[in-house]
Order: sequence, then C-alpha cells, then structure tokens
Amino acid sequence: MEHSILRSAKTKSAVEHVMHMLFVVCGLIAVVAVLFISIYMVASGGPAIAKIGVWEFLFGQIWNPEAGTFGILPFILSSIVATALAIFIAVPIGLGAAIFLTHIADKKTGGVFLFIVELLASIPSVVYGLLGAMLVAPMIFKLQNMLSLSQSGSLLSASIVLVIMILPTIISVSVSSIQSVPKAYNDASLALGASKMQSIFKVILPAAKSGIAAGIVLGVGRAIGETMAVMMVAGNAAIMPSLLGPVRLLTVGISLEWAYSSGLHREALYGIGLVLFVFIMIINILLSFILKKGGKKS
Amino acid sequence: MNQKKSITEKRRRPADKAAYVCIFLFTFLVVAMVILFVACILYKGLPGLSLDFLTTAPNPIEQTIGILPSIINTAYMILLAILIAVPIGVGGAIYLCEYAKNKRLIRIIEFTTETLSGIPSIIFGVFGYVFFCTLLNLKVSLLSGALTLTIIVLPTIVRTTGEALKAVPASYREAAMGIGATKWYMIHTVLLPSASRGIITAVILAIGRIIGESAALLLVAGGSAMYMPRGNFFEQIMGSGATLSVELYRYAYSRGENEIGFSIAVVLLVISVLLNVAVKGINKKLGGEKNGK
Repeated sequence: MEHSILRSAKTKSAVEHVMHMLFVVCGLIAVVAVLFISIYMVASGGPAIAKIGVWEFLFGQIWNPEAGTFGILPFILSSIVATALAIFIAVPIGLGAAIFLTHIADKKTGGVFLFIVELLASIPSVVYGLLGAMLVAPMIFKLQNMLSLSQSGSLLSASIVLVIMILPTIISVSVSSIQSVPKAYNDASLALGASKMQSIFKVILPAAKSGIAAGIVLGVGRAIGETMAVMMVAGNAAIMPSLLGPVRLLTVGISLEWAYSSGLHREALYGIGLVLFVFIMIINILLSFILKKGGKKS
Repeated sequence: MNQKKSITEKRRRPADKAAYVCIFLFTFLVVAMVILFVACILYKGLPGLSLDFLTTAPNPIEQTIGILPSIINTAYMILLAILIAVPIGVGGAIYLCEYAKNKRLIRIIEFTTETLSGIPSIIFGVFGYVFFCTLLNLKVSLLSGALTLTIIVLPTIVRTTGEALKAVPASYREAAMGIGATKWYMIHTVLLPSASRGIITAVILAIGRIIGESAALLLVAGGSAMYMPRGNFFEQIMGSGATLSVELYRYAYSRGENEIGFSIAVVLLVISVLLNVAVKGINKKLGGEKNGK
C-alpha cells in the first residue's frame, strides 16, 4: 500500500474505478433494502389479505385461526390505544426532564443525568418486559382485584412499559431541539422581564416545537413497533381493548403464534406484518415531513 | 389594589413554582425508575449467577442451567453481523460524504437510511424469514440472524461514520489531493484513520443493538439455546440458536422462570454499561484532543 504512489497511472485509475463502484454499491444497499422489504412485505402479506378479504381482515372483530376467522381490528385498536396512552404520559415527563437537563441542571448533574438516560435507552427490550412483569404487572393485579376483575396482563401495564421505553427517545430529541434554539431568544425574553419559566414555556418551547414534534413521532414509531416487552406484560388475549383487560398488539399478533402457524394462518401473520409496515411507513413519511418543515424555517 | 409593591420586592409567581415542581418531579421520577430497575435486576439476578451458570450448557438430567450456548450464539451473531455490516456501512458513509454529487440521490439514500432505522425489529424478522430463511434457503439459522441484523444496524453505522467523516477538516483532504494522492489513497491513508474513533463508536453502538435484539431473531435464528453449536464453523452458523436476549425471553416468558431471566438480565446490563462507558471514553478522548489543539 505504501508504494501506491509509485504505481503506474493505469493501475491507479483501475483501482480508483473499482473502489468508486464498491462505494456506490454500499451507498445503495440501504435503498435496495427498503425496496426489498417493501416488495416482500406486500408479496407475502397481500395474498392472505386478498383471500380473507380486506374488510373482514381489517375490521373483523374475531381472531380465531382454528375456525379460519382472521379479523385483526382488536390488534389494531389495542396498538393505537396503548401507543396513544403511552405518548400521553411520556411526553410531559420527557419534556420536564429535557427542560431540567438544558436549563436547570449544572454541567455535572446534567452529565450524570444524560448517562442515566442513555443507559435507559440501551437496556434490551426483553429486560423491560421482565421488569414490567415483576414490578408493573403486580400493581395492576391489585387494581384488578380491587375492581373484582380477573387478574391478567393488561393494556395499562403495556402502556406503562412503553412509556419507560420511549422516554429516552423523547428526552434526547427534545434536548437537542431545545439546545438548538438560539441563546439570544432566551436572553431577549429575560431582558424583557420574563421569569425563567415564562421564557422557557413561552419562547423556547414554541421555538423548539418542530424538533419536539419529531421526537414525539419517533416515540410513536418505537411504541407501535415494540414487541417483546409488551408481549411479556399485555396478557395477549385476542379481544377488543379495555384499559384493565388483556390485549394483543399488532406486533405481538405476529410473534405469539409464529412458531406453530402454517398455511393460511401463517399468511395471515404476514398480513398483520404488512398492516404494521404500512403504519410505520406513514409515521416515517410524517416524520420526514415535520423535519423538512422545521429545517426550512430555521 | 396591591399597588404598594416595590420593584425590588420579588413577585410571587405560582405558575412558575408549579412548573419547577413538575420539572423536578418528572426528573426525579426518571432517575428513581432507573435506580429501581438496576437494583431490582441485581437483587433478583445476582443470587443465580455463578461461574457454572456462565460456562456450562443446560443439563436436563442433572437439572442444571447454564447459558454458555447462548453466549456463544451471541458472539457468533456479533462477529458475523459486524463483519458484514461494518464494511457496507462505512462504505455507504464514504459514498455519501465523499463521492455522491447528485443531490436527489443523496436525499433518497438519507431517507431510506432513516426509514430503515424506524422499521421495528418484528418487521425485519418477517422480512428476514421470507427473504433469507425461505427465498435464499438459509433456513432458521445464525447466518440468517446475522444477515437480518446487518440491515438492522446498517443505519447506525452509516450515520455515526458519516458524522465522523464530516468532522474531518476539508484541509486534510485538500492537502492529500494537492500532493497528488488519488481519491482512494487519500481515503484509506488520511480520512479513515482520522475518523477511526467515530468508526469504533459505530461498531460499539452496533454491538449494543445486536445484543439487545430479540423479536427479529426469535423469527429468523431460533428460540432456544439448549445445546452447544455443533460441527465445523459452517455447520455451526447454519444451525439455529437463541442469543442471550432471546434466551432470557424463553426462560422468563415461555417457562415462567423469572430468576434465570434476571440472572441473564444482569449479564446484559453489565454489557450495556460497559459499552456505554466505552463510547463515553472514546468521545471524551476525542473532545480532549480537539480542545488541546
């Protein structure tokens, strides 16, 4: 390699060419991957949905593979409700923590807190499932006993676990968008006589709102796609969602019956995958739209 | 009514007080949660942890439990996925930062990379099963798992390497090209060494993701690690097997043995903390060097 400068111009340009082509291929792999995933999700999930019927599949309320009834409305609604509830709880907590990190904590406290948040983000989802089953579910059991409901995994347990899992995303995205607000905004607001809190809530947060919105959408994507942790706490019954009853989310709908499914049943699971994929693509497009809009303004 | 207030007197702002209380409360909640989690994992998991637990395979006759097979599966998974994903990811980042000129193509690549990082792992599992296990006929195996993981960690590697490449001053490139180096010579002698810390960070982040992955691997690489991988290297990677995370799920959820699950969780937690500290250490060194200049 050290002698490369001494080589003939011909070899050098050949090497240049080959490397250039290799880099092009590497660069395009992400595009190819997304293309292939889209094609194969449609190709594997489409036939089942066509066979079962789009309406029966998406809006059927009964999932009973033995009887050949495949309606995934309970899964769809459970996923939406669990995600919405998780976002509703996680956003205020995440924003509060982000404000603490950016405007209240000194450098050292902030560093420690950031490390804690990063640790929270790096814990594998199965561990959250285990913790949820150990710490969260028993509390919900007590609540269920009090209301004389049967004791089981529940939508509420799943949402609480999801809150914990999306907090790091919301905190870190909010922190970076709050930090990117020009310091002059804060100074000007304080100089006009606003208190620290007034300038945070009336000036800084509105200025950072597109970044925060992006963080929330990212959180929605993570929550709707989470599988293992919710499978371990949600009870997984294929029935319409209720706050304290067992629910099966879309993701769990795929993984729970995967091992022993075959034929139309397996194809229906691919169909659930396709529905989930469509949800995720909508969220992705929404996200890039928000980021683009935010980018244009600044 | 209250006009007697002097301007030096501090005005009461109950809304501000409430905001402070909420912010401190929420922050405390996050910190308390993490402490509770770590304490719970250690308290439940440490008693079951022993050298035998880490270094033996499960033995149903003597009823001993060991996680060595899943540790080996995890090591294979890391090795294979990193070997495939790092060259592709670094190459992709080099293309984006150094070669690509077409703005539209750059935007498409960036959008698809973002899209990949937003796709949940269960979808990768379904795709991996249809494509790698069935279409390429690799069966449910460690190799299918590693190939699926390659796509999962690709965005992390491209993004982190890309940031490192962008941080290399343009003057380095111009100087190398100015004294007659060809582009590839400049890249592998000047650019990659300057960005090496970023690339190492990318590798560590990818390892973290691989170790934590479970939903996809459950579908494409198998859900159990009862036996040690057998045969030569190729037979081993063509066999199915659970990684640590999947094994945790199997014990805790499918078999209801939470204690064993927590013992595996301790192992995963220790690895997570070590990886986090490693990333911090690398970045601190980098920052220190920059300030020193």
